[in-house]
Amino acid sequence: MFKRMSALLLVGATVMTMAGCGSGGTTSASQPGSGGGDDKITMGFSQVGAESGWRTANTKSVQESAKTAGIELKFSDAQQKQENQIKAIRSFIQQKVDVIAFSPVVESGWDTVLKEAKNAKIPVILTDRAVDSADTSLYKTFLGSDFVEEGRKAGKWLVEEYKDSTETVNIVELQGTTGSAPANDRKAGFAEVIGADAKFKVIASQTGDFTRAKGKEVMEAFLKSNPDIDVLYAHNDDMGLGAIEAIEGAGKVPGKDIKIITVDAVKDGMQALADGKINYIVECSPLLGPQLMDLAKKVVAGEQVPTRVVTEETTFTQEQAKQALPTRQY
Amino acid sequence: MNAAAVIRHRLFWPAAVLVLLLAANVFFTPGFLSVELKDGHLYGSLIDIARFGAPLILVATGMTLVIATGGIDLSVGSVVAISGALACLWITGLDDQQSTAGVLTAVGIALGLALFLGLCNGILVAGIGIQPIIATLILMVAGRGLAQLITDGQILTVNSAPYKLIGGGYWLTLPFGVLIVAAVLAITAFLTRRMALGLLLESVGGNATASRLAGIRSRGLIVTVYAFCALCAGIAGLMISSNVSSADGNNAGLWIELDAILAVVIGGTSLAGGRFSLGGTVLGALVIQTLTTTIYTIGIPPETTLLFKALVVVAVCLLQSPAFREKVLNRRRRRPQSAPASADPKVKVPA
Repeated sequence: MFKRMSALLLVGATVMTMAGCGSGGTTSASQPGSGGGDDKITMGFSQVGAESGWRTANTKSVQESAKTAGIELKFSDAQQKQENQIKAIRSFIQQKVDVIAFSPVVESGWDTVLKEAKNAKIPVILTDRAVDSADTSLYKTFLGSDFVEEGRKAGKWLVEEYKDSTETVNIVELQGTTGSAPANDRKAGFAEVIGADAKFKVIASQTGDFTRAKGKEVMEAFLKSNPDIDVLYAHNDDMGLGAIEAIEGAGKVPGKDIKIITVDAVKDGMQALADGKINYIVECSPLLGPQLMDLAKKVVAGEQVPTRVVTEETTFTQEQAKQALPTRQY
Repeated sequence: MNAAAVIRHRLFWPAAVLVLLLAANVFFTPGFLSVELKDGHLYGSLIDIARFGAPLILVATGMTLVIATGGIDLSVGSVVAISGALACLWITGLDDQQSTAGVLTAVGIALGLALFLGLCNGILVAGIGIQPIIATLILMVAGRGLAQLITDGQILTVNSAPYKLIGGGYWLTLPFGVLIVAAVLAITAFLTRRMALGLLLESVGGNATASRLAGIRSRGLIVTVYAFCALCAGIAGLMISSNVSSADGNNAGLWIELDAILAVVIGGTSLAGGRFSLGGTVLGALVIQTLTTTIYTIGIPPETTLLFKALVVVAVCLLQSPAFREKVLNRRRRRPQSAPASADPKVKVPA
C-alpha cells in the first residue's frame, strides 16, 4: 500500500513540475517589493497570458516602454486564469506599488480586489480589455482599442471601394468567439456603416472562433452554400488566412474574386496583404506601452486623465503593407 | 432482411440521423450532394465532411479501442496539439521546407513523441493502476502546456508543400487525409476483427481479472491500446495543423476528446467496456461533422449553435437507447390517450 502511494505521489510531483515549466511561471510578482518609498514609479502589471503573437507583442511593448520611461515594472503572467490575476493584484497591493495596470482575463468578478486596491490608495489602469463593474471609481482609466471603431473603419473602406457600383454586394462575415467583446463590437461597427446602403448584403455570418482552422472550415461551407460571394469580412487575420486557403481550394482568387477585409494586422496577415491576397486590414495595435506609461505618470502625479483612452491605430492597404512589412514588430 | 430487422440493427438510429441531416441540407442547399471535379480533385460539401471529419474519425477510432478495454483517454486533444506543434517546429527549422525527407523526419519525430506519450498513459493505467480518467487527465492538462512551450505560445506558420499534403492535399483526386484514415481503419479492423485481438480487448474490458486468469496479458494489451490511441491522435494532429499550414498550441484539438467520446457513444460502443463497434464510431464521427457543416450551410446563428448541437445529440442518444424506446412504447400502450395526437402508430418499434 505504502509503495503504491509513494509511486502515486512521485507521479503527481513530476506532473506538477511538467505543468509548471510547460506554461511559464509567475515569478516577478512574488519578489519582495521596493516600491513606494523612492522617486521611481513602480508599476504592477498583470498580463492575460501569452496566447497569441498579438499578446506577446503587447507584453514586449509594455516591458520596453517601462524601461525607456524609467518606470520599474513588476510583470506577472496570469496564464488566462482570473484567480492568478487576482492573486497577482493582491501581491502588488502588499508590495505597495504606485500604480497597478492589468488586462482583465474576463469582464466580471473584479469588484472585491479592485476595492482592496482603492482602499490601499493605489490607482488602477485597465489595458486592452474592460471590466463590467458598475462602480467606475474603482479604476482611473481604460486604455485600449475601440473595437466598434475598427468595425466602422472596415465598413468605410468597403463603402468607398464599391461607391460606383450599383449591383448588390454579397458579404460573408467570419465572427470572433461568440460573445467576446471584439466579436460583438466589430460586427456592430461594420453593420452600422454598411447598413446605410441597401446594396450591401451580409448573406452569411458565422463564428470562426478567431482561429485559422475554424476560419477555413466555415469558409468552405460558405463557398458551397453561397455560390456568389463578393466580399469576406473576418474579425481577425487568422480566420482570414484560413479562409484564403478555402477560397484557393475552391478555385477562386482571394483578393480578386472575393475581396477580403480583416482586423489586427499581425505579421502573417500583413504578408498576405502585401501579396495581394487580402485587400484591407484595420490595425488593432498591441503597442500601447508608451501610452500606458504616459498615463501611469499622470495618474501617480495626481493629474486628471480621461476615463477612456483609445489606442493610436491605423489601417493598411496593400501598398502600405509592402512598406510597413520590413519594420513590422509582430 | 425485413424492415423490423433493419430497424433493430444497432446502427440504424445513428444512420437514420445522418441521412436526416443530409436530407435537411439538400432541402436548404439543393446542390449539397453534388460532387464535381475541380483543379484535378473532387470538390463538394460531402468531400468537406469527409475531409474535416477525418481527424475526428482517427481520434475516435483510437478512443474506441481504449473504451473497449473499459478505459478512457482524455489526453487526445493535447496530443493533437503537441504533434502538430512539434512537426511545424521541426519544419520551420529546415533549410528547405519543401524537402520531403525533412518533412518525413518531422512527421516521424512528432508521431514518435505521440507514441511515447501514449505509452506513458498506458503505463500509468495498467502498470501503476491509476484510474484511466485521472491518468489521462494529467496529460490533458500538462500536454496543453507542453504544446504551448513548443510553439512558445505563438502560431507557427510553415510553408511546405509536402507537409500540406497530409491534411490539405489530394492524391488520385481524393483528399489525402481521408486515404490515411481509410488505411488506419482497414488495419485496425483487420487486426481486431479478423484476428483475435478484438476479442481479447473485449474480454479485458468485460472483466480484466477474469481475462488475466484465463491467460490473457491484459497489462500489455492496455498499454498497447493507449499507445495506439495516442498515435491516432498524433496523426490527427498532423492533419489538423497541415490543413492550415500552421500549428496553434492553444486551440488545435481543443475539446476533440469530447467529440471523440461522443462519436464512440453515438456509435453504440459501451462506455463500461467489453464491446465496441468501429463502424459505429465512424458513423458517429460523420454525424458530428455533418452536424457542424449543417450549422454553417443552413446559417444557424452562432449564439444558438451549441444549443442546436446539444438538441440533436440528445435526440440521437435517446433514440438509440433501447430502454428509452421501450419506455415510450410501453407508456403509449398503457395510456394511449396521453400520447401526442400526431404520433403515428406505425412508427412503433420493437425494442
